[in-house]
Amino acid sequence: MKVGVLALQGDVREHRAALLEAGADPVEVRRPDDLSAVDAIVLPGGESTTLSMLLESSGVGDALSASLAEGLPAFGTCAGMILLARQVVGGRPDQRSFGVVDITVRRNGFGRQVQSFECDLAVEGTGPVRAVFIRAPVVERVGPDVEVLATVDGPGGPTPVLCRQGPHVVSSFHPELSGDRRIHELFLSGLRH
Amino acid sequence: MAPEAQPGTANPEHARGTARVKRGLAEMLRGGVIMDVVTAEQAKIAEDAGAVAVMALERVPADIRRDGGVARMSDPALIEGIQQAVTIPVMAKARIGHFAEAQVLESLGVDYVDESEVLTPADEAHHIDKWAFTVPFVCGATNLGEALRRVSEGAAMIRSKGEAGTGNIVEAVRHLRSILGDIRRLTQADSAERYGWAKELRAPIGLVEEVAEAGCLPVPLFCAGGIATPADASLVMQLGAEAVFVGSGIFKSEDPARRARAIVEATTHFRDPAIVAKVSKGLGTAMPGLEVDGLEVKLADRGW
Repeated sequence: MKVGVLALQGDVREHRAALLEAGADPVEVRRPDDLSAVDAIVLPGGESTTLSMLLESSGVGDALSASLAEGLPAFGTCAGMILLARQVVGGRPDQRSFGVVDITVRRNGFGRQVQSFECDLAVEGTGPVRAVFIRAPVVERVGPDVEVLATVDGPGGPTPVLCRQGPHVVSSFHPELSGDRRIHELFLSGLRH
Repeated sequence: MAPEAQPGTANPEHARGTARVKRGLAEMLRGGVIMDVVTAEQAKIAEDAGAVAVMALERVPADIRRDGGVARMSDPALIEGIQQAVTIPVMAKARIGHFAEAQVLESLGVDYVDESEVLTPADEAHHIDKWAFTVPFVCGATNLGEALRRVSEGAAMIRSKGEAGTGNIVEAVRHLRSILGDIRRLTQADSAERYGWAKELRAPIGLVEEVAEAGCLPVPLFCAGGIATPADASLVMQLGAEAVFVGSGIFKSEDPARRARAIVEATTHFRDPAIVAKVSKGLGTAMPGLEVDGLEVKLADRGW
């Protein structure tokens, strides 16, 4: 299965490695044409304002928007979650988001880097997973069609950090950084149905 | 009260400041451009142009070089003003060995501390013990030994030193080639030769073995010092840098907003000369450059 990794900026290499180990064939996506050959797309961690600008200038944004509308499954981590969310709070007014997952996220809602952390996370259907949160977004609202697979104690109480809507998966942490491939496998297993 | 002064979560099982959390932010900056800014307005221009982070300082290196005197940490009020102006990470510089300046920067909630040779060193023998901090550090290096000594002290990101404030890329290229060339040679060394490498590099054997096995530094390697054009960014990315710092190169040029954006585009599409050509058109005058041989002070010689 060919899985695209949006390769404009961010931790592309870690996602490539995770996808390979989870049994997929990763393909870097930098131009609109690169999307034609992929069965799914991963939006990595990075800076969402930078990614948003580069999506626009490269033309990948419009192409990806069209592919998502046709049902291309997407997995977004941190900045990738922000890009896939229906609504973004605390971002820039011109910031792009594709809106395929019905959640509201607050950028950097967990705070600055000195508040970034790692912890064990109980994930529905798998055992505990080590989760790394880097200036992570906070999910403030979850729509009726969104399934919450894991939560942590956030600034305002239990906060969803791993969500699924149809074939799409989003996480406010970075499963690609911990060496544990079960979250990538969870996304890929959803594609095989 | 600024919200950043409060803890994000109160759960004691949430481990902050681990090596993975510190290096993790550097991973997120990969493929991006970190820009030096001296005012909140410049920080906004940098963010608008697609910077992944800004470095908040009072004077860019070209001005530090021109003015002379002792260069110190920036005024906390300036750093806070920049933190309030942008949503992207904000970095700031502390003098080499000046752990009290680093403590101040950590308490301000900066996202990365640059223990920088661009400022006047505060300690002639010791760098900061960076493991003692929750905030991550970036340090400059001119060769592999220096890079590994900084990692052993807790640096979570390494950048080439280059020769800051010159607009001349030659020293950054020398440093990148030295670090990456030695890594390539080290991967060929057998187990006995690795001890020789450790001795020669004056670096811990454990880190030398880690590099020999992995074929890369344990932390991301970025490029800094002398980047002034989109083609400069493409050059250092092709040589193996994972992201770039641009100091004086943007706000000492004729049209900072356009040049900043062009360098961002060139860093992303560094292997695509047609895009680098397109974004390089009509940028106006670059910063005036300096010949490295004619310099009275070489900043890269600071640190050890």
